[in-house]
This record gives sequence, C-alpha cells and structure tokens, in this order.
Amino acid sequence: MSDLTDLGVAAIRDGVRDGAFSAHEVAEAFNANVAKAKGLNAFIIDTPEHALAAADQADRDRAEGKLKPLSGVPLGIKDLFATKGYQTTAGSSMLGGFEPVYESTVSRHLFGAGAGMLGKLNMDEFAMGSSNETSAYGNVISPWRRSDGGNAALTPGGSSGGSAAAVAARLAPGVTGTDTGGSIRQPAAFVGITGIKPTYGRCSRYGMVAFASSLDQAGPMARDVRDCAILLQAMAGYDPKDSTSLQLDVPAWEASLSSDIRGKRIGIPKEYRIEGVPEEIDRVWEQGIAWMRDAGAEIVEVSLPHTRYALPTYYIIAPAEASSNLARYDGVKYGRREMPDKGGLADMYQATRAAGFGAEVKRRIMIGTYVLSAGFYDAYFNQAQKVRALIARDFEQVWQHCDYLLTPTAPSAAFAIGEKMADPIAMYLNDVFAVPASLAGLPAMSVPAGLNDQGLPLGLQIIGRAFDEQGVLNAGLAFEERAGFTARPESWW
Amino acid sequence: MSVDTATVRHIAKLARIAVSDGEVEALVPELNNILGWIEQLQEVDVTGVEPMTAVIPNQLRMRADVVTDGDRRDAVLKNAPLAEHGFFAVPKVIE
Repeated sequence: MSDLTDLGVAAIRDGVRDGAFSAHEVAEAFNANVAKAKGLNAFIIDTPEHALAAADQADRDRAEGKLKPLSGVPLGIKDLFATKGYQTTAGSSMLGGFEPVYESTVSRHLFGAGAGMLGKLNMDEFAMGSSNETSAYGNVISPWRRSDGGNAALTPGGSSGGSAAAVAARLAPGVTGTDTGGSIRQPAAFVGITGIKPTYGRCSRYGMVAFASSLDQAGPMARDVRDCAILLQAMAGYDPKDSTSLQLDVPAWEASLSSDIRGKRIGIPKEYRIEGVPEEIDRVWEQGIAWMRDAGAEIVEVSLPHTRYALPTYYIIAPAEASSNLARYDGVKYGRREMPDKGGLADMYQATRAAGFGAEVKRRIMIGTYVLSAGFYDAYFNQAQKVRALIARDFEQVWQHCDYLLTPTAPSAAFAIGEKMADPIAMYLNDVFAVPASLAGLPAMSVPAGLNDQGLPLGLQIIGRAFDEQGVLNAGLAFEERAGFTARPESWW
Repeated sequence: MSVDTATVRHIAKLARIAVSDGEVEALVPELNNILGWIEQLQEVDVTGVEPMTAVIPNQLRMRADVVTDGDRRDAVLKNAPLAEHGFFAVPKVIE
C-alpha cells in the first residue's frame, strides 16, 4: 500500500469508508510524520491521543454503519481556535498554558463530523504577521528550499504558517487556517497548497482568538480544491454565538463541484499590475489567464480603482480593532500576569502587557490606540472606514462585468527567514493582493500555479462575489485541472 | 501627522503597555514610518461616502430574553492567574 500520508482528505474519507485501510492506521501514520518533523516547528503542541481516539471511534462507527462526513480524517488545528482542554496560545506567550474550558464552533463542527486533531499549529502571534516570525513559540520553517543550492531557511508565510507547512510536508491532510488580511491565502501560495477564505460570516468566530473582528474569518487549507470544499462544508454554518454569523444554510459545495466554467467571465484587474513585482509573478499570472481561457472562460480587463489604498486602510482598521480586542489581556481573567514589587493594579496591567506581547503586537496595539484616540479618530479611523466602503463599492461595480477575478496571491515567492523582519512595511506589502477581498468580506482562494526558477511554488488567487464560494471553488477546480501542480518538497526534516 | 517621544509615552499609557526610555526612542521612528505611509489615505475623496459599518449586510438579531448560561464559577476562574474565595484576585485598589 502506498504511504497513507500521501492521501488527501477525500481519499482518506473514501478509503476508510471502503475498508481499504483503517482510520487507526491513518492516524498512526500522520502522528508519526508529526513526531518526525520537529525541525519544521509547525506544531506548538502535538495531540496524537486526540487523533487516535477519533480514529478508533471512526473505525467503530464504520462497523456500525454510522460514518460521519470526516470520519477517519485527522486534521491540524491552528492555535487560534479554542480547543477544550488543550492549550490555546494564538502564538503568544500571553496565553502560555491557557486551556480553554470551551470549544470553538469551528473545531466543534469538525470534531462533530468525525475528524480528529493531530495538534495545534504554530502561527504568528495573534495572527499578526506574514512570515510566522512573530510567534512566541519560534519560527516555522517551510519544507521548501530553493533549488539553486542556497540552503536558506524559508518562511512558510503567515499568519497560518504552521498550517501551511503541515499540509505541504504531509504532516496533515488538511488544516484550519484563519484569514484577516491574507493569512490563509499567502501561506498557501508560499508552500504550494490550496486555501480558501469564505465570505465573512460563513464560519463562526466563536472561540477564535480575536484579532480584527470585522475581518477575521476561518477557512480550510488542504492539498486541493475538493478537500477544501469538504472541510469548508464541515466548518461553516450559522451560529447564534457569533452576532455576525450568516443565517444561511451551508451549500453542498463538494457535491456541486464542477470544473465547467464555459461562458464565465473572469476579470483581470489592471490595478493589480503593480510596480516592483518580480517578472515571474506576471509570467505565472499570464499562464493562469491562458488556462482559464482554455477552460472556456471569457477574459475581461476590469478596474478596481481604489486598490492601492487597501493596504493602508487595512493597517488602520485592523490595528484599531486589535487594540480594542487585545485590551482583554490584563493579567486578571486568564493568561499571564506580571506583578512588579509594590505595584498597584495599573502597574500590573502595564507590566503584564509589556512582558506578554511581542514587538509586532505592541506596535499594532499602539498604532490602533493612536488612530482611535481623541483628535485623530476622524482623520484616521473614520477616513479608513469610508475608503473601505469605496473599496467594497469597487467590487460591487466590477461584478457587473465579470463573475470572478483572477490575480496573483502574493507579490513574491517565499522569502528567507529574517529577510523582511526589519522593515514592517515591506512585510505588510506581502498582503497587497489579499487585503482588498478581506476588506470587502469576499470569498477568495489561492491555488498553486507552478514553480519559479528557484523551484518555489507560486499561487494565484480567485475572488468571487459574496456567498459564491461555489463559483470560486469551481473556477479553482478548472484552474487546478489545467495547472496539474504535483510538485512537493523533498524531505530534509 | 507624526509622533514624538511624549506622544509615544502617552499612547503606551493609554494602551497600558510599560515602555522603557530605549523602547520609546525606537518606537518614535517606527510608528512615524507607518503613520507616514497610511497618511496617503487623506488624498482619497470621500465626499458623501458613509463609513462602512458592516462588511456583509446582516441584520443584528435579538435573542429571547431568557437565562441560557451561568452557574459555572469554577470554569470561569480556571485560567485566572490568581483567584481567591471564588473571585478574581487583583492588587489592592482601595486604601
């Protein structure tokens, strides 16, 4: 039998159902891969017993004819999701040792569908970062290396860096990610896997450690479009515990998958051709356009005039919301506490937050505090909310001319650890193509497109109308069939 | 707009983050760099544009006015750094 860890979500589900192998064998195989891959630092904690317990239950359920949608499928869970009884840190030392007494809705849905948990995945601290270098639990190392002999350790992207590395290195067939301004899509592109951020409100935010609540959205990352459809279907759904949860039925995304996109119009936004982006990005974009044309889609040039303002808008709104959300870390209710000698309550707050937050988190809290402070609120925050409305309107107008947009996911391939940490704005630019869809709450997916000259993966992004995950998945499937991306990193870890 | 050391100290105080003199010195150019970059939003004409309040139009729901939760003090306190007599414990705040 071939290595079970080469199988994706659908193949595992079907194989367990058909009796080709047991769920127990699958869990053992992935647990072994996780244990061997410490060099990647993809997981903050391993939970092999959880994966095995769910697998054994799946094997019993099969015997009794009670299989569930994800029976036998072990998953990695980003450490942003509260998992009852399992440490949940959001990559921060502020939450070291925090064991939630409740389950996030997304993980509850996944476990209820029969999935087990291999471990909690490393991530940028409170999801603030694009390279997984801000985690208090160390950098995640991408399983990919450049093919030109350079042995530099590369970043898997971020903030869902552990999630990306785990899928690419075959430590998990699928994982959860979260995306506030590209944190599913950019890492998926960096490691040659598929990841979708659904419409804002599809997945409940209950039990997700909050970063920027008007943007935060959970989604799956996996090896292909079908696996993403299966996982998203299990994760999504109305939740009264999240006031922004969409009160809509979850469509049968997997059953309705179709790569027939003949006659669909695919928009190419001219503002996404930006200066300073390497030629290889343009080349893979042109290739993607050709594939979509080959699939029978009509290619139309479109305009989203406020695109260039999306990133600065994001870097007002997200820090503003973060400064408010992260006010809860006060050393009183949970998490870390630092108590200076003879200090009072205010000293405790300040010492706790100084010690518990990393540099990037502090920077964003302070930016957010500043743009919300008296005298600056209108000039910064309100202005940003108005520009955000204009960015959303750009998309509204573009849907009169096309059904989907095809763009690059990120402005480069994966970069080396340390390369961009000294310059926050250079790091922020990683999400230049991802942030507009986040600000507008739209479903967007990254699909692998090919390798660059250094043998590193590049991804393209498909953006769709609000609620049209099906269209995005279908366009992604048509793309995937033509890209035929099968490259994977050589194991060195 | 730009910040100086006094403003950075003020922001840090509002954010309840203790900062050393060295950190303040380092934060001034860092924050100014970012603030200078987001400044470009001022050039966008937003005449007549309402600030966005909900990214996906969604009716906020009312729930039934009934007790649905409670009576789990120990779970609430489980992760507290310091809990005494069934309460969160903090340094003395009243003399």
